[in-house]
Amino acid sequence: MEQEKRANGGNEGMDVRHVALLARLALTDEDAELFRGQMADIVGFVRKIGELNIEGIEPTTHAHRVENVFREDEPAPGLDRATALANAPEQAQGLFLTPRIVE
Amino acid sequence: MDTASVTLGEALAGLDRGDWSSEELVSDLLARIEAGNGALNAYLDVDADDALSQARAADRQRARGERAPLLGAPLAVKDNINVAGQSCACASRILEGYKAPCDATAIARLRREGAVFLGRTNMDEFAMGSSTEYSARGPARNPRNPDCVPGGSSGGSAAAVAAGMALAALGSDTGGSIRQPAAFCGCVGFKPSYGRVSRYGLTAFASSLDQIGSLTRGVDDATRLFFSMAGPDARDATTVTLPLPAPEACRREDLKGVVIGVPKEYFPSALAPDVRAAVLAAAETCRALGAETRDISLPHTEYAMAVYYIVAPAEASANLARFDGVRYGRRAAGATSPMDLYCRTRSEGFGREVKRRILLGAYVLSSGYYDAYYLSAQKARTLIRDDFTAAFRDCDAILAPVTPSAAFRMGEKTEDPVQMYLTDVFTATANLAGLCALSLPCAMNADGLPLAAQLIGPAFREDAVLGAAAALERAWGGPTGWMGRRA
Repeated sequence: MEQEKRANGGNEGMDVRHVALLARLALTDEDAELFRGQMADIVGFVRKIGELNIEGIEPTTHAHRVENVFREDEPAPGLDRATALANAPEQAQGLFLTPRIVE
Repeated sequence: MDTASVTLGEALAGLDRGDWSSEELVSDLLARIEAGNGALNAYLDVDADDALSQARAADRQRARGERAPLLGAPLAVKDNINVAGQSCACASRILEGYKAPCDATAIARLRREGAVFLGRTNMDEFAMGSSTEYSARGPARNPRNPDCVPGGSSGGSAAAVAAGMALAALGSDTGGSIRQPAAFCGCVGFKPSYGRVSRYGLTAFASSLDQIGSLTRGVDDATRLFFSMAGPDARDATTVTLPLPAPEACRREDLKGVVIGVPKEYFPSALAPDVRAAVLAAAETCRALGAETRDISLPHTEYAMAVYYIVAPAEASANLARFDGVRYGRRAAGATSPMDLYCRTRSEGFGREVKRRILLGAYVLSSGYYDAYYLSAQKARTLIRDDFTAAFRDCDAILAPVTPSAAFRMGEKTEDPVQMYLTDVFTATANLAGLCALSLPCAMNADGLPLAAQLIGPAFREDAVLGAAAALERAWGGPTGWMGRRA
């Protein structure tokens, strides 16, 4: 089952425009054309992992198996509002400004 | 004193003896930066007045009889590590003008120990690259030969240290970004084990791989900075509470009783002959120092690059989602909706390599491809990790090349992303397995470019790597001894 899925996944190319939209990138025509070829090379290169037999192997999500790290829930000062807003491209009344969201 | 060659340890000893002041050290470095940075582009931002005022404050503390391990020691910092009040733009247009709101934990610890922060060093944008050619502020160059790259992504840090514009520098290493530029420029590059140094305040690239480390002129400086930065941090839940190694174990003079593994997969036929010769000569020195060298195998090495270039971009695509033009950094003008704002800001702000990695990451995480790529890569990562666990049953440290060749020419690999990626082939494995690893300069090649060897140690056994490196460096005549060796 797993082998099958991997083989299928490996046979389709990347729809660069679609993935760019998922990643919130607007590509110029020139970049889209350049990336189409380059991404095909890169995906072809990483597809090498399909050669491995990985059935039954536990995935590694972090270098060391550290789970459920807790700390005491003690109040401590964080960034104050002025500092947090200092790098904002646009702000007003202590808030970040964005384009209109609700019509 | 010659700031062009003095180590951090020697500079501190001179400060203790009163041979020079921190202000003199910093002034001297600033003069060298002024004279040399135009050609190398190693530094992006240097605030001379601020650096001098930090140095004078350290000198006043010293005059009052106060002491701290790094009091008055100037350090250069990679542009992705936050130093409160200084720029921290990750060499990206999207963070142009960003001022760090607070210190990274590593910086806060070094500051507490008396360090002076000299300036911001050049890097591949968001640490994505292996040559510092993908910097939005223009490429850095290799001080040993300006037609060659300094390596990357911490290329500015390596170039600054090698060119005498910094005594030591901080870098970050996700797949080799400290060790590879250290090898190309001829300095000591040390990546501690994952979890040793807090990542709080390091702008995240791939959170399961990133680690802060050092680029220095000698092994003892790497040890010094490691002990100053390491230790658990409540602000980074991936830091470990395990005890640090014994400092004396990091300062060995011989290697009696040590077993050094030499993995056959790290010596492929494509390895440059001069790199091979330099690493095998290092193995010979290990034996002369009393170590036993043993042939070992890390059978899944050939899959490491594929695993790395799935895992790292996947994490990057998630981490870089925060750059949306709302809270910090650049914002595209004239956006009519939030979606329009995100897309235009990110398209204007990110360079091509960052876009490629984000695209690749979004692709391998997207519906229908997650199992085929991302989950498979995580499973393959387990196999790579298990290779090392098995190998370290038979040896204390591993000796290998850092890079397939000495520094390559500017522009040689920028048009072919896969060729650029392959320069990480011997370094990314230590990140995937969470190990500590060090790049040690060994010799000069026929073209006057540095050659280096890599020492890889088990997780949290920094002493295995630092101790062996210290003994090798000493056997070759000290921190500059390698320059007189040929391969």
